[in-house]
Amino acid sequence: MTNVLETAGKVSLFGLRAAIDAFRRPFEGAQIVRNLAEVGSKSLPLVIASGFALGAVMTLHTRSTLTMFGATAAIPTVQAFAFFLEIGPLVTGLLVAGRAGSGIGAVLADMRATEQIDGIESLSVDSFKYLVVPRIIACTLALPVLTLFMDFSGLLGGFLAEYAASHLSLQLYLSRAFSEFAWSNFWPPTLKTCVFGFAIGTISSFFGYTTNEGAQGVGKAATNSVVVSSLMIILLDVLLIKFIFFIFPETAL
Amino acid sequence: MTDGQPAIVFDQVSKAFGAKHVLSDVSWSVPAGEAACVLGRSGTGKSVTLKLIIALLKPDKGTIQIDGDDVTRLNGPGLSRVRRKVGYLFQDAALFDSLTLYENLALPLHRLTHKTPAEIDFAIDRVLGQVELAGDKAKMPSELSGGMRKRAGLARALVLEPKILLADEPSSGLDRITAAEIDELLLRQKSEFKTTLIVVSHDVAGVRRVADRVIVLDRGTLIAQGTVPEIEQSENETARKLIGSNQ
Repeated sequence: MTNVLETAGKVSLFGLRAAIDAFRRPFEGAQIVRNLAEVGSKSLPLVIASGFALGAVMTLHTRSTLTMFGATAAIPTVQAFAFFLEIGPLVTGLLVAGRAGSGIGAVLADMRATEQIDGIESLSVDSFKYLVVPRIIACTLALPVLTLFMDFSGLLGGFLAEYAASHLSLQLYLSRAFSEFAWSNFWPPTLKTCVFGFAIGTISSFFGYTTNEGAQGVGKAATNSVVVSSLMIILLDVLLIKFIFFIFPETAL
Repeated sequence: MTDGQPAIVFDQVSKAFGAKHVLSDVSWSVPAGEAACVLGRSGTGKSVTLKLIIALLKPDKGTIQIDGDDVTRLNGPGLSRVRRKVGYLFQDAALFDSLTLYENLALPLHRLTHKTPAEIDFAIDRVLGQVELAGDKAKMPSELSGGMRKRAGLARALVLEPKILLADEPSSGLDRITAAEIDELLLRQKSEFKTTLIVVSHDVAGVRRVADRVIVLDRGTLIAQGTVPEIEQSENETARKLIGSNQ
C-alpha cells in the first residue's frame, strides 16, 4: 500500500512538472507534431474500426431489447447518447492507453536502457522537456479528436446495422439521434478526454522515463503503462462524470 | 583552461548504489590537454566515473571540478554551461534511434548555439568529415555498422567543439584495426584541438597508444596512477597485471 501511495505521489509530481514545463521555452513544436502523428494518426484506424464495430453490435443488442417495448424508434437516440456521453470517451481512452501508452512506456524505457536519455542530457538538452512533455501534450490533444472519430464511426456502424434491419434513412437516423441532444451533452464528455490523454501521457512517460532495470525494464514499463493508465482512466471517468453533473446539472437528468 | 592547469579534479569522491560502494574516496586530476585512461576490472566504477564528471550522477561525497567549476553543486543553466565544455562518447554511442545521423548532430547545434542553418550544415559536414562519415548523414543509426556507430557517436560528442572529451570503452566490440582507427581519431582531436581526453578502456593496446597518464581503479579505490611505464613498475600487483594483461 505504501508503495502504491509513493508511486501515486511520484506520478503526480511528474505530471505537475510536465504541466509547468509545457509553458516554458523552448516549446518543442516539432516534437509535439511528431508525437501527435504517433499517438493520433496511427491510432486512428484502430479507433475508427472499433467504433464502427461497437456501434453495429450495440444497435443489434439494443434493437432486440427495445423491440420488446415497441421503442425501436429510440435506437438512434440511445446510440448517440451512449457513444457521445460514455462509450466514445471511455473506449477511446482505453484503446489509446493500450496502443500509444505501451509504445510511450517502451520507447522511453528503451532510450533509458540504451543511454539515449543520458546522451541527450550530456548535450545540455533537457531530456524531460524534449522527450516527456511533447508526448504528454500529444496525448492530451489527440484524445478529444480521436474520441470524435470514435463517436461518429460508432453512429455510422449503428446506422448501417439499423438500415440492414429497418431500411431507416440516414437523414431520419441522424434527426432522431440528435433530436434530444444539447451542447452540454457533447462538449463536456468530449473534453474530459483531455484529462484521460494527460493521464495516459503522464503515466506511460513516468514508467518509461524513470525505469532503471535495463532491457528487462522495457517490457515492465510497457505493461505498467497500459495497466495503470487503463485503471486510472476508469477511475477518472467516475470522478469526471460527477464533476460534469455538478457543472451541468441538466445532463444528470 | 590552459595546458598544465587541471581540467578535471576528482577530490575524495565516493559513490554507492544501495549497499554497493562503487567509488570510495577517489582523488585524481588531469591537466588540460592531456589524455588520461581509466583502467580497471569490470564493475570497478569506471563508467560511473565518467557519468559523475558530467553530472549524470551525483556523488555521495567529495567534489568534482571541471575547469574550476564544482559540478556537484551545479544545476540548471550553470550545469548546462559546464556540460557544453564536455563531449561524451557513450559505450554504444547512444545515438537517438528516431533521428538520422544529421539530425543527431544538429540537435545540440540548434539548441545551444546561434548558428544559421548554413553554419550548422558546415559544422556537421566538418565533423562528419573528421570521422569519415560525410556520405552517411542521411542514414538512421540502425543502418550503421558497429564501427560507424562509434565514429558517429564521436562526431556527436565533438560537434560542439568540447574542451574535454569523455570516451567510454571506445574500442569495445570493434576489431583491432577499427579500434586503432578510433584511437587515432581521439589522438588527432587531442593534438589538433588541445582537447583533454578521459578514456575508459579495457583495451591495453589502446591505453598504451592514447594515454599520457593512467588511472587504475580496483574495487572502487584508486590503486595507482601515472604514466604507462610508471604503472608497469607499480608496487600494486593488480595495476601491473591490468596494464600488462594484453602483453
